[in-house]
Amino acid sequence: MSLAAGITQSAILPGRGGVFGNLSDTFWRKPKLLLFILLAPPVLWLGVVYIGSLLALLVQSFFSIDEFSGMVNREFTLKTYGELLIPANVDIIVRTVVMATLVTIASAIIAFPIAYYAAKFAKGRWKALFYLGIMLPLWSSYLVKIYAWKLILAKEGILNWLFETLHLSWLLDAYLSLPLVGGTSLSISSTGTFLVFVYVWLPFMILPTQAALERVPGTLLEASSDLGATPRQTFRHVLLPLALPGIIAGSIFTFSLTLGDYIIPQIIGSSRLFIGQAVYAHQGTAGNIPLAAAFTVVPVVIMGVYLWLAKRAGAFDAL
Amino acid sequence: MTTAVSFNKVSRHFGDVRAVDAVDLNIAEGEFFAMLGPSGSGKTTCLRLIAGFEQPTSGQIDIFGQSAVGIPPYRRNVNTVFQDYALFPHLNVLDNVAYGMMIRGVSREQRMRSAEDALAMVRLPNYGARKPSQLSGGQRQRVALARALVNEPRVLLLDEPLGALDLKLRENMQEELKVLQKSLGITFVFVTHDQGEALSMADRVAVFNDGKIMQIGTPEEIYRRPRTRFVADFVGSSNVLSPQTTQLLGGPNNWASLRPEDIHIGDKGISASVVNASFLGASTRLAMDLNGQRINALLPASVAVPAQGSTVKFGFDAKNLHIMDEAK
Repeated sequence: MSLAAGITQSAILPGRGGVFGNLSDTFWRKPKLLLFILLAPPVLWLGVVYIGSLLALLVQSFFSIDEFSGMVNREFTLKTYGELLIPANVDIIVRTVVMATLVTIASAIIAFPIAYYAAKFAKGRWKALFYLGIMLPLWSSYLVKIYAWKLILAKEGILNWLFETLHLSWLLDAYLSLPLVGGTSLSISSTGTFLVFVYVWLPFMILPTQAALERVPGTLLEASSDLGATPRQTFRHVLLPLALPGIIAGSIFTFSLTLGDYIIPQIIGSSRLFIGQAVYAHQGTAGNIPLAAAFTVVPVVIMGVYLWLAKRAGAFDAL
Repeated sequence: MTTAVSFNKVSRHFGDVRAVDAVDLNIAEGEFFAMLGPSGSGKTTCLRLIAGFEQPTSGQIDIFGQSAVGIPPYRRNVNTVFQDYALFPHLNVLDNVAYGMMIRGVSREQRMRSAEDALAMVRLPNYGARKPSQLSGGQRQRVALARALVNEPRVLLLDEPLGALDLKLRENMQEELKVLQKSLGITFVFVTHDQGEALSMADRVAVFNDGKIMQIGTPEEIYRRPRTRFVADFVGSSNVLSPQTTQLLGGPNNWASLRPEDIHIGDKGISASVVNASFLGASTRLAMDLNGQRINALLPASVAVPAQGSTVKFGFDAKNLHIMDEAK
């Protein structure tokens, strides 16, 4: 009995034939072959182009530069690292790490409520709107956004105007007169650099945090409250530990992107250097590739230490 | 006897949906109370109203005489065993059980000791160091039970706690829960869609449908004397007889119910044709047709099973024909 036209009675169907038909059968019999074919190009790319060049960089940092000829001396030495650790360079490293830490903390604090709303309450159109709102800034040019912020933060900018209109100029001036965070205007202060970093990297914190929160079942929060926990205790003992892997993932982005960026501090902020700018200057105008390489190793080491500490603190236990 | 939970005209509406509709309910202290009904009948919403996860749209809820309206879950001395157990995945079993005590600021040493005791009570000693993900469904269920009971709640709420377990385990747990409830003397409110579970475990059962309570009574009452067609239909495999059939069987012009096990086959009585016979082990269920009305009878294993299509005569004790008040 055949229910539909074109259905044969035989138990085993003939092969489909042709190149793709034969390929399908072959891949079905040897699934590892398919895996190999799919994985070989990206693994080669990652292995050779990505990791390989990183290793080349690491090797470069153990070379030194001949001060007279300006030529790279290809002999193993720790001289470049010695140069890296002179006070002026340590200053750059500390400044960058402090900035990256503050940007990460601020991003995490701002991102959490947004991510929580999107994960637990937004449905349908509101969810689409959320994704659009988060992603939209990523679609426009990075430079355009930074220059827009330069205008916002400038002395003639809208923020200054707002403070003036609210008769709060004295507050802004008092803040700008503070050492370290201040400057002649917001656009040439490290506060400005901080604000723009937070703005630019925020989506990278929101999305992984939201993904982590989405995986927390609502009944866990109810169970916590059922067992007597106030919302604050539930946040501390259930929500935060379960969201932590997502926050850490986000912080890897915000932290490492801030560590490596050389454009934002160049356009907005005091003229004090960040690691990215130091790398840019050493490999470009100064032609000191070994020192540039040594500078680049710093964020890699910092990220490694950071992840190790996070793991030790149990940040990934909920994974 | 003290009233543990009382509902007075309690409603909970979600938009146009009346999940719970003007429900009146009194649960006595120390009672094992079951809320039985199909999904969407409002029984789980009632449980969530007691726990405090939902607030009533209107009406009054009291727990041990104190108004619970507007009181958040964390201020209610009521604990819940969730349907999906809701164990904290980042904590080990012991910390899960000790969670409520940790929140209340009980010292680490003392809460660990109490948690160990609670785990021993649910027969999971030495499981404390494991993560919930390393346990089987039945074990998780016990941990969830221990986590709730260790806080010595005034009322324990159980939301279909046995739903995810296989048959054998479920039967064991039913027994254990019942024994545990009697020994602890805590009021249990148990939500289930399984009528067998409700009847075998509870002191009293409330049958829910469409946000309303159809009948409240002891399992015996619900089983023997269902008040409405819905209850008769839902609770077990009773034959629900239309007014015509009831008259044919010598009753009034009313809806009635007749239990399959109260029917016997013999050479006297009403003739019906055999549609199907299903072997159930200890008995055989015989499906008969009487003028288009399906009637099921439960035959003991000792009785010979009539062939399909044959005509048999069946009878019953007139007192077992239960006439229902309402035609719902």
